[in-house]
Amino acid sequence: MSETQLYAPREPIFPRRVSGRFRQLKWWIMAVTLGIYYLTPWIRWDRGPNMPDQAVLVDMANRRFYFFWIEIWPHEFYFVAGLLIMAGLGLFLFTSALGRVWCGYTCPQTVWTDLFILVERWIEGDRNARVRLHRAKWDLHKWRLRLTKWTVWLLIGLATGGAWVFYFTDAPTLARDLVQFTAHPVAYVTIAILTATTFVFGGFMREQVCNYMCPWPRIQAAMMDPDTITVAYRDWRGEPRGKKRDADTGDCIDCMACVNVCPAGIDIRNGQQMECITCALCIDACDDVMDRIGKPRGLIGYMALTDESAERAGQPVKSVWRHVLRPRTLLYTAVWASMGIGLVYALFVRSDIELTVAAVRNPTYVVQSDGAIRNIYDVRLRNKQGEDAQLQLSLTSDAALQIALQGQDNTDTVTVPADTTVLQRVYVTADPQASAASRAVTDLRFWVEDLGSGERTSQATTFNGKESQ
Amino acid sequence: MTDEQIDHETGVGTTGHEWDGIKELNNPLPRWWLWTFYACIVWGVGYTIAYPAWPMISGATSGVLGFATRTEVAQDIAVHEAENADLVAALNAADLTELPPTDDLHRYAVARGGAVFRAQCSQCHGQGAAGTTGFPNLLDNDWLWGGDQEAIAYSIRHGIRNDTDWDARYSQMPAYGEIFDDDEIAAVVEYVTSLGNSDFDASLAQAGEGLFMDNCAACHGNDAGGNRDLGAPNLADAIWLYGGDRAALTETVTNARFGVMPAWGQRLSEEDVRAVAVYVHALGGGE
Repeated sequence: MSETQLYAPREPIFPRRVSGRFRQLKWWIMAVTLGIYYLTPWIRWDRGPNMPDQAVLVDMANRRFYFFWIEIWPHEFYFVAGLLIMAGLGLFLFTSALGRVWCGYTCPQTVWTDLFILVERWIEGDRNARVRLHRAKWDLHKWRLRLTKWTVWLLIGLATGGAWVFYFTDAPTLARDLVQFTAHPVAYVTIAILTATTFVFGGFMREQVCNYMCPWPRIQAAMMDPDTITVAYRDWRGEPRGKKRDADTGDCIDCMACVNVCPAGIDIRNGQQMECITCALCIDACDDVMDRIGKPRGLIGYMALTDESAERAGQPVKSVWRHVLRPRTLLYTAVWASMGIGLVYALFVRSDIELTVAAVRNPTYVVQSDGAIRNIYDVRLRNKQGEDAQLQLSLTSDAALQIALQGQDNTDTVTVPADTTVLQRVYVTADPQASAASRAVTDLRFWVEDLGSGERTSQATTFNGKESQ
Repeated sequence: MTDEQIDHETGVGTTGHEWDGIKELNNPLPRWWLWTFYACIVWGVGYTIAYPAWPMISGATSGVLGFATRTEVAQDIAVHEAENADLVAALNAADLTELPPTDDLHRYAVARGGAVFRAQCSQCHGQGAAGTTGFPNLLDNDWLWGGDQEAIAYSIRHGIRNDTDWDARYSQMPAYGEIFDDDEIAAVVEYVTSLGNSDFDASLAQAGEGLFMDNCAACHGNDAGGNRDLGAPNLADAIWLYGGDRAALTETVTNARFGVMPAWGQRLSEEDVRAVAVYVHALGGGE
């Protein structure tokens, strides 16, 4: 009895070149997504002399996230969390409507693999040439082609890792430092790791990343239902497959074009399967063949499972919109949109200056030598503007209370430098005879006003008197 | 592989293992996954040689790289001390009373002093520095020995009424229980009570005033406003270290009080003493 194989070597896949509508669309998407990725760090955005002029910058060292006119502080990270939730809901929406459209068109693994296959084709030739080269002995010719391909892949990987680090610090400065070998080691290590992962994932792992590493192919089954439009083979039209001259055969001439172009190495005619990323290249390949043998296009095409019986019977099918607009997608859209509206609203109502008041409650109050009662507050003043701000602190209360600032003699104004936070200790005092001195709790509200812009904001807190203990 | 069995339902080969008619399908892992697994084992073995890993009877193998988290901490502390060397030198040279609160050195001193305070001083004075009976509240504006930065630094450096530092702040109130009789003590207590309250026995206080002027005013002052040179507390204000009711005052007059504080100059570095002084001064009562 022979040994059962518990581990399988990877089956090499040599996708054939294909042209058509979807291939054209995918070229455009590749150009746009790669363009965004590589060029974004180089966009400049003037924020004034004290602030970075990079449009998109994740400034870890100073704990700021810049996105064009938006600046996110660490305590506003909910904006980023909100965007991530919107991205997740968007993915749900597109998956329930169009299946694995993210995987097939925009996933970085797909885009970079596509790019790597393009390079492979330029250097080693199309499918048949590559199959021959794969089987050939390792002679000078094969070494030359392989080394050329790997070098180009490595350069693409280097550019990929190189672009990544530019998002985290000023791109022109870092580019100069990188070339002069004076950049921080973290930058070089990051580039090295991302170069290696791009090289290995795009050049060698390819569909294995989707099949064995990525959880999304498994998860998205929960988002799909029979109304989801996805890539499928119309077997009632194609079967029984065979050569065209046989009278009783279907439209499929078993030319294997759909299999040969597939980057996942599967046969779409076997039905929906886990490995299919719905890249739609089999549609282009099959349409091409159908054109040539004079049959209508669409033997392989986008369709919904609910249309199958109608199509079989030759009856008209539901329109695309009837498939897309259904309770599930409307719900995803509604949640996604309300999340977005909420974020935009929060973005526009947020103030350029902020204060947070933390009442010092150890001790609850301090008795002064004249019997006056003092409460202490740690007030954090934030100036989110590009220039220094004169922030005036005041309080409002029904009771008579005096405000004084630690270390600031006879002034109620604090200078908060551009884009920084100042922690100011504030003393609030009630005279011995004042009601607030004896009462347990008195409400008060701290106000901060930007003397430059006149913008005001406030926070409520309480004052503890003697009866609080 | 000629006799590999194929499962008819799934079209997948089986491993040949069978239990009660149930066969195990063989969906083989990719070969590279196996190699990744082996690589992790090799890495793991190398890691346990390079880094502390194997538990022994006492401690663990130290690893050939000599890595230890304690060494790392020591290095981090050394790095920070080197970075702060200039600030420390400036702090030791500074006139603390002239330090502007907006200055970086002031901020550094407050941060450093706060850390030292919480570790060394909070046991008696409290985490919030509010003190308790017998241990002064450092947040208010009443100071026994002086409330500017240098006076506070002196109190910290040399301590109060201790035997270890000749320069310690020192004073001692007599126990009037051995000098006065009970009526006289009650009269003095009533007079002291009358200084800050409206609710008192006027005739008894009148009797106490003479005793106070003869016996107490030398240190506490004719107006009972205290004397910082002697650490004599102000008896006319609203702040009482040992309590301001008649029972507490009677106890104080009868047996006297003798609060002590260690000479922290013998335990802390000069920069730590100065930093704590700046921190305490910035708590709210500093003069």
